[in-house]
Amino acid sequence: MVTLSVNGQSHAIDAEPDTPLLYVLRDDLKLHGAKYGCGLGQCGSCTVLVDGEAVLSCVTPILLLEGRQITTVEGLGTIEAPGPMQQAFIEEQAAQCGYCIPGMMMRAQALLQKDPSASDDAIRAHMEPNLCRCGTHMRIMAAIKRAGALMQTASTSTERAG
Amino acid sequence: MGALPDISRRSVLLGSGALVLSFSLRPAGAQTITSPGDETQNFQAIAEPAPELPGSLKTNPNLDSWIRIDATGKGTIFTGKAELGQGIKTAVLQVAAEELEMPFEQLSLVGPDTSESPNEGYTAGSHSVQDSGTAIRNAAAQVRDILIAQAAQRLSLPAEQLKAEAGAVVAPDGRRLGYGELVAADLLHVEAQPTSRLKPSAAFREMGKPRQRIDIPGKVTGGAAYVQDMRPDGMLHGRVVRPPSPGARLRKLDTAPAEALPGVVKVVRNGSFVGVLAEKEWQAIKAMRLLAAGAEWEERPTLPKAAELPAVLMAMPHEDGIVADDRKPVAGGKTHEATFTRPYQIHGSIGPSCALAHLDNGTTTVWTHTQGVYPDQKAIAEMLGVPVTQVRCIHAEGSGCYGHNGADDAAADAALLAQAAPGRPVRLQWMREQEHAWEPFSPGMVTKARATVDDKGTVVDWNYELWSNSHNSRPGSAGNLLPAQWLENAFQPDAPKLQITKEGNGDRNSNPLYAFPSRHVVWHFLPEMPLRVSALRGLGAYMNVFSIENFMDDLAVAAKADPVEYRLRHLQDPRARDVVTKAAERFGWKAGQAAPENHGYGFAFARYKNLAAYCAVAMEVMVEPETGRVRMLRANAAVDAGEIVNPNGIANQVQGGIIQAASWTLYEGVSFDDTRVTSVDWSTYPILRFDTLPDRVDVDIIPRPDQPFLGAGECSQGPGGAALANAITQAIGRRIYDLPLSRDKIRAATGA
Repeated sequence: MVTLSVNGQSHAIDAEPDTPLLYVLRDDLKLHGAKYGCGLGQCGSCTVLVDGEAVLSCVTPILLLEGRQITTVEGLGTIEAPGPMQQAFIEEQAAQCGYCIPGMMMRAQALLQKDPSASDDAIRAHMEPNLCRCGTHMRIMAAIKRAGALMQTASTSTERAG
Repeated sequence: MGALPDISRRSVLLGSGALVLSFSLRPAGAQTITSPGDETQNFQAIAEPAPELPGSLKTNPNLDSWIRIDATGKGTIFTGKAELGQGIKTAVLQVAAEELEMPFEQLSLVGPDTSESPNEGYTAGSHSVQDSGTAIRNAAAQVRDILIAQAAQRLSLPAEQLKAEAGAVVAPDGRRLGYGELVAADLLHVEAQPTSRLKPSAAFREMGKPRQRIDIPGKVTGGAAYVQDMRPDGMLHGRVVRPPSPGARLRKLDTAPAEALPGVVKVVRNGSFVGVLAEKEWQAIKAMRLLAAGAEWEERPTLPKAAELPAVLMAMPHEDGIVADDRKPVAGGKTHEATFTRPYQIHGSIGPSCALAHLDNGTTTVWTHTQGVYPDQKAIAEMLGVPVTQVRCIHAEGSGCYGHNGADDAAADAALLAQAAPGRPVRLQWMREQEHAWEPFSPGMVTKARATVDDKGTVVDWNYELWSNSHNSRPGSAGNLLPAQWLENAFQPDAPKLQITKEGNGDRNSNPLYAFPSRHVVWHFLPEMPLRVSALRGLGAYMNVFSIENFMDDLAVAAKADPVEYRLRHLQDPRARDVVTKAAERFGWKAGQAAPENHGYGFAFARYKNLAAYCAVAMEVMVEPETGRVRMLRANAAVDAGEIVNPNGIANQVQGGIIQAASWTLYEGVSFDDTRVTSVDWSTYPILRFDTLPDRVDVDIIPRPDQPFLGAGECSQGPGGAALANAITQAIGRRIYDLPLSRDKIRAATGA
C-alpha cells in the first residue's frame, strides 16, 4: 500500500510498487488527463507535476512518490471554472485531436509557475520533450503565452485585493 | 377561420404548392461537386441509391436519418463522419443551426454508430464538410420548410407570410409555434428533395463565423474524451503480443509465467495471434512482456533493401494507369528532368491505437476510433464468423487520425479478445512499439518529372511518372484486419487494384493544375506490398505536389524567372491565381529579392485533388551549414475553401498541415533490415519538436460566399512541404531530391 497525494487529496493505493504513476492515476484514481503515449518517456503526453516539476508519469514508479505533491490537469481547474492555463488553451483553440494537450499544459505550468513572463525561446526550450503530431504547436505556444499573461493578471489582482 | 387547402409536405418540397412559388429555388446540387463515392477510399464502402441528391443525402436520403426534433424543441443531428481532431462536430452543428434557424446550443450531435447514424463510408479525403456538411445543410433547410408548412396549416396563414426564427415559426402578428409543438410522428420521415431553399450567405448568423469547438473544454480539463478514457464497470485490460517481423509465424508459446502473474485472467492464442486479459492495465503489460519473452517465432527475411528502396520500387512488377494523356506535337526545346524519392512514413498518432469491445448476449459491440464504422462492422463480423447484425461499431474519438492507422486493427484485436471474456468489456491499447511497427505505412514512392520548355523557359510539354503501391488497404474484407491474418484459419488481405479516379489515390495531384499545352502522366502501380501500406493524409498528393513544385522551381531557375511569376505564367484558373498572389503579397514576396546569408525563401501551390481547396504557401527558413539544422522562420498560407463554415477550424487545419508536412519533409522515414522494422519508437523515428517551429504561420482565407464547400483538411500538406524544400534549396544553393531533407543530406549538400 502506497499513499499518494494527488491534486491536494491523499489516496491509499493498492497497487504493486513498481507500477508507473500513469496507470495509478488512470486506473485507480479514474483521472483521464494524463495520457499513455509511449511508456518510454519520449513523448510527454503523460506529463504531470511532482512538487512543481514536470515529471513523465509513464516511467515513474509510485514507490518513489510517497510524500510528494502530485498535480494533474484536473488539479488546474474544472470545466465550469477553468484555471488560467485551461482558459488560455480554450481561448486560443489550441487543440486539434487534443490528446497531447494535457501533457503540454502540465509541462508549461511547471515553467510558468516559476516565470509567468517566460520568453518565446525559453518556452520552446522548455517544451522540447513534448510531442504533438497534429501540428498544433503554433497555437500551443500562443496559449502558453496567454496563460502566462492570465496568471500575471490574476496575481496582480490578488495582490490588489490583499 | 377559413381553412387553406391542405399543402402536403411533399407538394411543398416538390414545388407544386402555392407556397413554393414565392421561394427562389436554386439548385442545391451546386453545393456538392463530388459525391461520397468519388473518394477512392470509399469505393467498396458505399452505394448511392439517390445520386441526384446533394452530398451524402445520395447515400442516405431520409431527412430523419440526419435530423430529429423532439417535443421540447431540442434537435439531434446525426452524422456518419467521425471527429478526428478536424472539428467536424462543431462544423456540422453550425451548418444545422444556420439552416434550421435554431440556436446552436439547442442542438446535439450523434456521431458514427452502425445502429444510429447514416452510413457515410469513411471519414477521409477532406470530405467531412463536403459530404456530411452538404447533406445536413440541405436536410436542415428542408426540415425548416416542412415545419413552416406545418405552421402555415395550423395558423391558417400562407407559408410565405411566416418565418423561422430561433427554433420557432413566427407569424406577422407575433404568434409563435415552437418546433417542438410542430413536429409530429413521422413528420420528418420523408425522402429529401433534390433542391433546397438554402439561406444566402448574406443572411448567415452562424456559418462563416469562428465558433469555439465544443470538444475542447472537456479535453483540457480531464474529461473522458477518448476511447482510451472509457472504463465501464467490470472492464478488463487487454494487450496483444505482436510478432517480431512481418513474415513471422508463432512456433511455440510458454504461457505459464504470464498466467501465474497476479490479476491475469486469461491468455488468448489463436494461430499467431496472442493476447492477454488482466484486471489492471499494468498487470496486462507485465503479462504481455512475459508472453513475448516466452514466444518462439519463425522469421523470414521478406523486406527489401532499405538503402536501395527507390531502385527496388522501380524494378518491381507494375501495371500502368494513365492519369492524363493529352500529348501534342511540340517544337523541340530544352528538356529538363528530375527524380524524387520518398521512404515509407508513418501516421504516428501520439496515443497508440485503442478499442473497447464487449460481447454480450451474442452481440459484440466495439467502440473504436476508426474512420469507418460500417466497413469495420462488416469486416469484424466476417472475422468472427457471425452475421453483421451481431456486431455493432460505435465511433469514439482517439488520438489524432491522419488516415488508415491502427484503429481498425485494434478494433479487431479487441473484438477477438472480448470473445474470450463474454459479459466483460475489454479495453485494448497498443504499445508504442506496436503502433510504430504495425500501423499501415504510407508507401515509399519514386517520381520522375520531365519538361520541355520554349526559349522563354515556359513549359510546352510535361511528362510525369510515379511508382507507388495503392494508398488504400482499408477494410474491405476481414483479411485487411491485421490480426485476422494471423488466426489459425487465416484471412487473406484483399488484392490491391489499380483504379484511376477523379480524386486520385497514389496518383492524387500527379496531374498539375498548370496549363501545360501537352502532357502525359502515368502511375506505375505496384501491386506487390513488401511492407503493409495504406492511406496517410493526402495519399499521393504530398509526394506528387512535393515533386511537381520542387521541379517547377528548378524550371524557374533555368528560365531565370521568379518562382511566383513562373507559376502565375502557367496558371489560368483565377481562383488558383488568387491564392498564389495573396500568399506572395502577405509574405512580402518580391521578384529577385535575395535572402540574407543562409536564409531562403520558398513558394509552392496546389489545388488539393485538383477539385478541393486551393492552397499556396510562402516560407522563409534559416539553415546552419555546419550542422545542417533547419529552422523555419515564418510562413504565409492563402486558402480558398469555397464557402466557409468555421474559419478558425480551417486556419487550424491549414497551419497544422504545414507543420506536420514540415516534419515529414525534414525528418521522417521508416527504417528496416531484411526482416524487421527497426523504427519502433520516437528515438528511432524522430519527428518535429518545438525548436524547429517558425515564429509565425499566418493563414489567409479568401472568402467565397455562396460557393460550394471545398474540403480543406489536407490541402496544405503538399504546398507546405514543397515551400519548405524550395526555401532550403535557396538557402543552401542546391536541391536535395530524396526525402527526408535530413541534416546529414544538407551537410553533404553544403560540403560542410
